[in-house]
Amino acid sequence: MAATTPPSTKSAPLGRLVRFDGAERFVHWSTALLVGALFATGAILYIPSLSETVGRRLLIANIHTYCGIALFVPLLVALAGPWGAGLRRDLQRAGRLSYPEWRWLRRLGQVEVRLGKFNPGQKLNTVLLGSGLTVLLASGLVLRFPGPFSLNWRSGATFVHDWFALGIVILVAGHVTFALSHPEALRAMVRGWVTRSWARTHAPRWLAEEVGEEESDRSPAATTAANVSPTSEQT
Amino acid sequence: MQPVRKVVEPGAPFGRRLFVGVAGIGALGIVIGAKVQRFEGRIASAIASKGGGGLAALLPGANRFRLYSVTGSFPVIANHQYRLAVSGLVEHPRSFTLEELRALPRIELTKDFQCVTGWRVPNVHWAGVRLADLIDAVGAREGATAVEFGSYDGLYTESLTLAEARRSDVIIAYEMLGAPITSVHGGPVRLYVAPMYGYKSAKWLKSISLVPTAIPGFWEQNGYDVEGWIGRSNGRDDAPVD
Repeated sequence: MAATTPPSTKSAPLGRLVRFDGAERFVHWSTALLVGALFATGAILYIPSLSETVGRRLLIANIHTYCGIALFVPLLVALAGPWGAGLRRDLQRAGRLSYPEWRWLRRLGQVEVRLGKFNPGQKLNTVLLGSGLTVLLASGLVLRFPGPFSLNWRSGATFVHDWFALGIVILVAGHVTFALSHPEALRAMVRGWVTRSWARTHAPRWLAEEVGEEESDRSPAATTAANVSPTSEQT
Repeated sequence: MQPVRKVVEPGAPFGRRLFVGVAGIGALGIVIGAKVQRFEGRIASAIASKGGGGLAALLPGANRFRLYSVTGSFPVIANHQYRLAVSGLVEHPRSFTLEELRALPRIELTKDFQCVTGWRVPNVHWAGVRLADLIDAVGAREGATAVEFGSYDGLYTESLTLAEARRSDVIIAYEMLGAPITSVHGGPVRLYVAPMYGYKSAKWLKSISLVPTAIPGFWEQNGYDVEGWIGRSNGRDDAPVD
């Protein structure tokens, strides 16, 4: 049985499906750590009452700068080598949106669409976070190394940095809220895998991609009961 | 062994387009953000004047103070330890405690605070003493034509001509927005030069010295105009503060 397991699920126990491999989880959690540090130090720099309480402005500003410069290092490292195959594939998935998915997004998920690995909201979140953080990095560099830039550009960079930071805070707040209200999806980013029954409900098209159409359709009756264990599903 | 399936995600490549779009907005914002911010500030002022001050205060960019320090920290000076030293070409060099400053004729001003980097906080209320009164209290001597200011941060310096220093809208401030000035805003005592950009209004004011010729201040040595008139210097066209 194990010898015929499809390659993409070979590192997961039977009945489980690898959703995020090690490289992806490394990128996610190291970037999350950096973004968390950036939020904390940014808030201290931005909110006067916090600035006053904490002091140590140069130290806080330096932490903010270095975390910002390091922001995309985990992503770039993961993308650079053969270990990034899963990540590259998922980024391609996140970057494409079909017309039915677009309708799903506009109706806030209230239409029946056979979803792939990521729902349209997750795709949008991925692209907005990636692009927004890129803009924050660029405007942050203008603020930190203002030498070659005109006063006008520096003012503009301040303006952009503030508004984009607000946008990213809102995006991340939404992301965390969804994660906390969908524990199995959150666990996928912690432990790497999901159950087939989860995939059948939330990502049926992905399940079919991974295990084949017939396999993904074959055993819904056996797994709709919540107490069926993953191993019994395989027998 | 099953073959590796390479399924292409259906749909249009929206991600690339959206990424380029967002990055483009960011780049455009850096180039024209200063102008947008001024417009946004006017809208925020309009909202605030209609009683929506809380809403306007939530907006980043417009109408809020940004905290700058050239040393990387905010000096904290206890009120009872505060001293303002006045020296140079004066008849009676001396220093003032906070109490002695408060005993001088009090003046109040409510004016916009305009920074050379673009932000402007409308209608900031200040209280303090006229720099002119302070200079009269110590007596300017023959040959004094300029005033130099030093800061408790040990690094920041500023200057004004004596004529500018005698303007009625140039004050030694000890209150801001109805309360003692906090450390991050330059308290307990700072300079406030209403008609000029914020960098002229030295924070944590420690010393005043009357001199024949002023040495340009910290930012002037880094390219800012010595005559920092709002709307008429540093290549900017902000509305003057009135």
